[in-house]
Amino acid sequence: MAEHATHVPGLAHHFVSMEQQKEAGTIGMWIFLLTELMFFGGLFLAYAIFRYKYPDGFLQGSHLLSVPLGGLNTFILILSSLTMALGVYYSQMGDRKKLVAFLTMTLLLGLAFLVVKFFEYKEKFDHHLFPAIGFWNPAADHPPEQYHQHVRVFLWIYFAMTGLHALHMIVGAGILITLIYLARKGTFTKEYNSPVEISGLYWHFVDIVWIFLFPLLYLTGFHVSGGH
Amino acid sequence: MAEHTAEHHIVPLKVYFAVFGALMVFTAITVFVAQFDLEHYWGPLNIIVAMTVATIKATLVVLYFMHVRYSSRLTQVIVVSGLFWLAILLVFTLMDYLSEPAGQPSWASNRKTIFLPG
Repeated sequence: MAEHATHVPGLAHHFVSMEQQKEAGTIGMWIFLLTELMFFGGLFLAYAIFRYKYPDGFLQGSHLLSVPLGGLNTFILILSSLTMALGVYYSQMGDRKKLVAFLTMTLLLGLAFLVVKFFEYKEKFDHHLFPAIGFWNPAADHPPEQYHQHVRVFLWIYFAMTGLHALHMIVGAGILITLIYLARKGTFTKEYNSPVEISGLYWHFVDIVWIFLFPLLYLTGFHVSGGH
Repeated sequence: MAEHTAEHHIVPLKVYFAVFGALMVFTAITVFVAQFDLEHYWGPLNIIVAMTVATIKATLVVLYFMHVRYSSRLTQVIVVSGLFWLAILLVFTLMDYLSEPAGQPSWASNRKTIFLPG
């Protein structure tokens, strides 16, 4: 076979063109995200079943979560999706400076989300509401005793789902640090930027999971007054 | 078709800002509506409103931030097929669970009849 007319930097030898390479990367990332969708889907299914079985526990448990903090994190995460999208835009424009700036902003917002999450978790541990260790203190300001076990089920779901989500945020932060390093080195150009784009797909997916977690966990008991 | 997908589509900046604005508005709507007891009118109304708003937000993120609206047909088919499998997981399992009475664990009714004498 004749060699390619022009050697394009960043084109792996087993692809015919940059477009084919980019399409393969995009589809590969989407297939990974679908496995992630089924992974989180199992937890959403568990949420639905337990909520149907223990509606009182979910109402009482939801009151234990802070709507302002959950709302703040929703805002932070959606803003980080915007900065990530802008990062992808400037990588397509070949603007290295703005690419690094927006990737850094996305990283900082992701870390801010994790800091808020850390304080939410710490508050749960301090109030004996982590469902495994030292759970429940009858003297504390907890929901009524009869909800004890059902609230515990809710808190298991809460920690499992937000914990898995936070783990994805930590992985995302690692990806962003790598991207920032590569972008500063000048790896990404107008022609070669699919690592930025498919990392963006991952980041937006994690954002979408939170878009569902926020109403399901934090807002579920919001309309019932006089809870916690 | 191949030529069409080969096009390098760059989404204009104003689209990103408009989607961000819409996501913020829908977040405000979902928090605002969650304060009202819609269950007074119909049992699952609160959760239906919350999930509808979340689905609209997720769709905006998928179509514009994740560029699926501008992606190749193959990518679009893959995304839709994933949602289809998720629907199978959720709908078929819940068809079973939701046929039992709410508010009690599924084993509770069986235990009395099967394991406990009398």
